[in-house]
Amino acid sequence: MSTPLKVALIGNPNTGKTSLFNSLTGLNQKVGNYPGITVDKKTGSCKLSDSVTASIIDLPGTYSLNASSEDESIAVKVLSEKENTYYPDVVVVVAEVENLKRNLLLFTQVKDLGLPTVLVINMQDLMQTKGITIDVPTLEEELNTKIILLSSKKNTGVSQLKDAVLNYKNLSLVPCAIETNSILKSTNLSEKQQQHKDTIKRYQFIKNILDKHYAVEVTRAEGFRAKLDGLITHKVFGYIIFFAILFGIFQALFSWSEYPMDLIDSAFAFLSDWTKNNLPEGVFTRLLSEGIIPGIGGVVIFIPQIAFLFLFLSILEESGYMSRVVFLMDKIMRKFGLSGKSVVPLISGTACAIPAIMAARNIENWKERLITILVTPFTTCAARLPVYAIIISLVIPKGNPLLGMSTHALVLMSLYMLGFGAAILSAYILNKVLKIQSKSYFVIEMPNYKMPLFKNVFYNVLDKTKAFVLGAGKIILAVSILLWVLASYGPGADFDNAEELVKTEFTNLEGEELDTKIASYKLEHSYIGTFGKFIEPSIKPLGYDWKIGIALITSFAAREVFVGTLATIYSVGSEDESTLKEKMKREVHSGTMKPVFDFPTGISLLLFYAFAMQCMSTVAIVKKETNGWKWPLIQMFAMTIFAYLVALVSYQVLH
Amino acid sequence: MTISDLVKGDKAIITSFIVDDIPLKLIEMGCIEGSFVELVQKAPLKDPLYLNVNGTYLAIRKETASQILVEKV
Repeated sequence: MSTPLKVALIGNPNTGKTSLFNSLTGLNQKVGNYPGITVDKKTGSCKLSDSVTASIIDLPGTYSLNASSEDESIAVKVLSEKENTYYPDVVVVVAEVENLKRNLLLFTQVKDLGLPTVLVINMQDLMQTKGITIDVPTLEEELNTKIILLSSKKNTGVSQLKDAVLNYKNLSLVPCAIETNSILKSTNLSEKQQQHKDTIKRYQFIKNILDKHYAVEVTRAEGFRAKLDGLITHKVFGYIIFFAILFGIFQALFSWSEYPMDLIDSAFAFLSDWTKNNLPEGVFTRLLSEGIIPGIGGVVIFIPQIAFLFLFLSILEESGYMSRVVFLMDKIMRKFGLSGKSVVPLISGTACAIPAIMAARNIENWKERLITILVTPFTTCAARLPVYAIIISLVIPKGNPLLGMSTHALVLMSLYMLGFGAAILSAYILNKVLKIQSKSYFVIEMPNYKMPLFKNVFYNVLDKTKAFVLGAGKIILAVSILLWVLASYGPGADFDNAEELVKTEFTNLEGEELDTKIASYKLEHSYIGTFGKFIEPSIKPLGYDWKIGIALITSFAAREVFVGTLATIYSVGSEDESTLKEKMKREVHSGTMKPVFDFPTGISLLLFYAFAMQCMSTVAIVKKETNGWKWPLIQMFAMTIFAYLVALVSYQVLH
Repeated sequence: MTISDLVKGDKAIITSFIVDDIPLKLIEMGCIEGSFVELVQKAPLKDPLYLNVNGTYLAIRKETASQILVEKV
């Protein structure tokens, strides 16, 4: 078989380009990054005929090829550099029937690059309801292109598109007859002024054509949108609806994901036991059952929550509701130095700060974007949940004091509020402190309301979840292996001769008790134990011992590693199969024999995790998005110091 | 008069603006001299403004809106 045909999809945002990509590629798609930058790269393959396969690249949604953002410059590079890996044989420009005029601006720019180009006009199903008529053959002639009418909703037109792409050699390479070169070269205008002039010329050209071959009956067009807008952006109901939706999402997120999470938890515990009991004894088995399996389990357990969150977010986005929220919240958010567009990162932050910080890219104003990036890690991400969950269940007494809500749920909710509060408050302070002048640019398209397509939502959830699991999974797996090694080996004679030392010191101990004593003695003198002891003085005022200290250090890789670390520390060498929570409950200070996880220590830990920037990947993404180490380092130190101080005060007061 | 002086339901034609004062994206979305513009709605706190520019629905802040001169029709 010959090399696949390379096809590039390009189009404005909200034209159904991604739907088309999903229809063409189905499950044969993958999301990656372009080297060095953080723009998502989506590629996939599609069978055009029995003998020809196409490799399809979905370029980022863009309004033009004027390369004013990273997304746009990617599109320009792919389409204009012949040596580029993705340089296409055919370009498919996806336009939407209602905004054809605006969509054609991008089309004329692509056409001028001299590549074989097909124009897809999507949402054909809207033509009748909106009273739109297009004279396709004449339009094809005027634009020198092949036009395909398509409906992603009704799944029509895809086979015609495949035929057109297959026969790409018949496509015209003639550019649109727009005299723009004269502007570009001959004058001393700034780049932006040139682009402005160029845009005007193109719009004139488009207008001349569309006036002849495209007609809309205006009266039919608007009713539904106006009514729904009136309600959703209403000064009272708008906010009520928004907060009701948010509340519903959180409610669903916690109650729905509880069941699959419990299931996953016990499945991994079972798997770990099974390996221990059925594989031949030795280093490898121990590494597997004590290091790797609990490590992977610690990541997999987040899948339900992350998937649910992205499910809701992509429904809100797809339906057009999110733009209304941005519109509704902009003025309020601006008081705190944020933008209406910060709403999306702040909500996404409850799943994971990484996609959230990337979502801040839509914010045009640099100062607002920077503040959003800096405060987003305060929102309570999914990774904090297991830490909160286990500590809350250990130190907060059970009860139903308020309207049937349990104390545990109340504390958890307060921690979420604390996160949002910290984000908003620090945004307010940053807004006052940072002296950055930037123009208050803010443009957002208000797309039509749409019923979200199941297919699109499904692929979006799949992509995002996969990215999270693979990204975070690698780190957590590596950390858990490293940890196991550091906990299973130690420097010096104390570790090597642990058995005899313990036996001579505690002559009265026997059997299981003796084994536990030896195991904990070994851990204390392992590499990690030595290190934990070394930092113990600095965390003692917060109420933590050296074991918590180790978990604190390792959980810098990712917060949920805290639980995994304690699980590993308490299970290294231990034959006992009780749950982690029971083990933590039994843990006592060696001198005083008081429980380690008491109320003051618990609260101090909860507060530390609420504020500390305990996530390597977030630091990495902030570095990428702000182009340097300055902001991630400032952010990390500020958050960690603040967390330390809050935890210190709370422990000293409660103690 | 500028776009920020319009009230809900007003229709107007864009007459001029200084290119460097408004975002390129807005120009690309069809906000150019001679374009039709309608103020669809103001946000609850009177800012941003929800516009229909030549059939494209978009929202911009008052600050940008006050840079774009229009003539009511």
